[in-house]
Amino acid sequence: MPDSTFLDSTELVLNMGPQHPSTHGVLRVILKLDGEKVLGTDCIIGYLHRGVEKIAENRTYAQFNPYVDRMDYVAAVSNGLGYCLAVEKLLNVEAPPRAQAIRVILTELNRIASHLLWLGTHALDIGAITPVFYCLREREEALKIFEKYCGARLTTHAFRIGGLLYETYDGFEQEIRDFCKMFIPKVDEYEELLTNNRIWVGRLKDVGILSADECKEFGVTGPVLRAAGVKWDLRKAQPYSGYEKYDFDIPTRQNGDTYDRYMVRMEEMRQSVRIMEQAVEGIPEGPIMGKVGKVIKPAIGEAYVSIEAPKGELGYYIVSDGSTQPYRCRVRPPSFVNLQALDRMIRGGLIADVVAVIGTLDIVLGEVDR
Amino acid sequence: MADEQTPGAPDAAPPPKGEAAGPPVKPAADAAKAAPPKPAAAAPPKPPAIMAATPWDSDLARELKERFGEGISETSTYLGQNFIVARPDSVIPILEYLKLEADFDYMVDVTAVDWPKRAERFDVVYVLYSFSRNERVRVKTYIAEGFQPETAVGVHLTANWLEREVFDMFGIEFAGHPDLRRILMPEEWQGHPLRKDYGILQQDQRWVRENLEIESGQ
Repeated sequence: MPDSTFLDSTELVLNMGPQHPSTHGVLRVILKLDGEKVLGTDCIIGYLHRGVEKIAENRTYAQFNPYVDRMDYVAAVSNGLGYCLAVEKLLNVEAPPRAQAIRVILTELNRIASHLLWLGTHALDIGAITPVFYCLREREEALKIFEKYCGARLTTHAFRIGGLLYETYDGFEQEIRDFCKMFIPKVDEYEELLTNNRIWVGRLKDVGILSADECKEFGVTGPVLRAAGVKWDLRKAQPYSGYEKYDFDIPTRQNGDTYDRYMVRMEEMRQSVRIMEQAVEGIPEGPIMGKVGKVIKPAIGEAYVSIEAPKGELGYYIVSDGSTQPYRCRVRPPSFVNLQALDRMIRGGLIADVVAVIGTLDIVLGEVDR
Repeated sequence: MADEQTPGAPDAAPPPKGEAAGPPVKPAADAAKAAPPKPAAAAPPKPPAIMAATPWDSDLARELKERFGEGISETSTYLGQNFIVARPDSVIPILEYLKLEADFDYMVDVTAVDWPKRAERFDVVYVLYSFSRNERVRVKTYIAEGFQPETAVGVHLTANWLEREVFDMFGIEFAGHPDLRRILMPEEWQGHPLRKDYGILQQDQRWVRENLEIESGQ
């Protein structure tokens, strides 16, 4: 049709990313639009693919440990915990109680740090500038504790297979107590800024709804699943590292929209503080390293071990051929699986909601691409 | 319930809260824990892993064996984790059965393992979880190079990307997959990186030259 101009066409294909501030890394989303309405999406990922699983096959079990920190780099402690637990399962050893308690404290501290980064950037995406400063201010306190404990702030390599390498430093317990005491009022402060804020509610309510059945169908876990009303958390369902000793709740909401996911994560931070407060009061005395040889050589076999990472179920499927290197090390990344539901969540929504939904999924591209 | 535990959990872990439990499954974990560690084989070409697994003794395992007969060659437990080894053509019916009849409604993962020396070169592994039973099971199948297993997208939507990743990394093509493209590697890339015959420094030099305009990525 010679007379037609671009105005005649109703559909527009728009490329969002990979270099886009609100895709939280190098995620490219191709959007098919009708005006402002999203007709469909396609995610292009892999920009950050480093072949972590291939590297694992060429490193010894202990050598691979620091690499897992680089997947979900805002929750490096969780990644390390999952990996150590998986290898310990293959070796059939368990970390000593003291190591377990310290692991729980640091993992929960990391969950708070991860959620804080999520909250700050998510609010920034929606247009609220202030929370990011507040969130990073408190996250800094958490990172300082990591730094004092193991020397690193982000890619911590805090745990070793079989337990811990480092004893806690002098005043560790007190600093954790101080953090907990300081932090709860701060969560209230964030909530004061956002929870009843008219713009915040307007942008998040009924946006990106994912029902409980859809979550299960897509394998979506973590806060997204809990916001849809499924009371499921691996720390309760299949406790590891001594989580069964602590008293905490699994926050859930019913609507499964972006606002509910926000509420669930806020409550999760409070619950993490509860766990830390209990754990820090009763850190048992004793060794911090289990009976693991210098050379780690699990028997022929395989195991799948998963933990509740801040983003959802993080699993490691390790196949051992009896040598010092994993024969196969598969990482089941929560971000990758959760991202798959993006299309379902924003189809039929508005283009402005795309940013909100990507933010609420809390993906880390280092983990999506591995 | 105790037959699927993470290592930190003691044997007397509390039962799942909230949801009603399905038919009780006996714990068979302890037998596997006593298995002696196998010495590492001295010769470099290793035979396929023969795990010190013990038979999985439960109602579900018996039910599955009864229903699929020849389709299931093994139901075992290793380190307290249950798995089924199935013939490639009965995997999808088993996944369907597990989802609809046994409530394994969450597909956790799909992955593969490459054993180049073996006639059936690849393991394809499906990890399943049931919210109501709080139980995990792995379904494994062995396939030869070039064999196209049926896709599981019709049973669990999440298999879509997971199977794409297996295709990307191992070159296993899933028959009937709605959108079988590479997912992590560039689309024109040659080779499948997680195969054992793909070296760790190996690259598609042509792709690197044409797209990054450098001589070599190394």
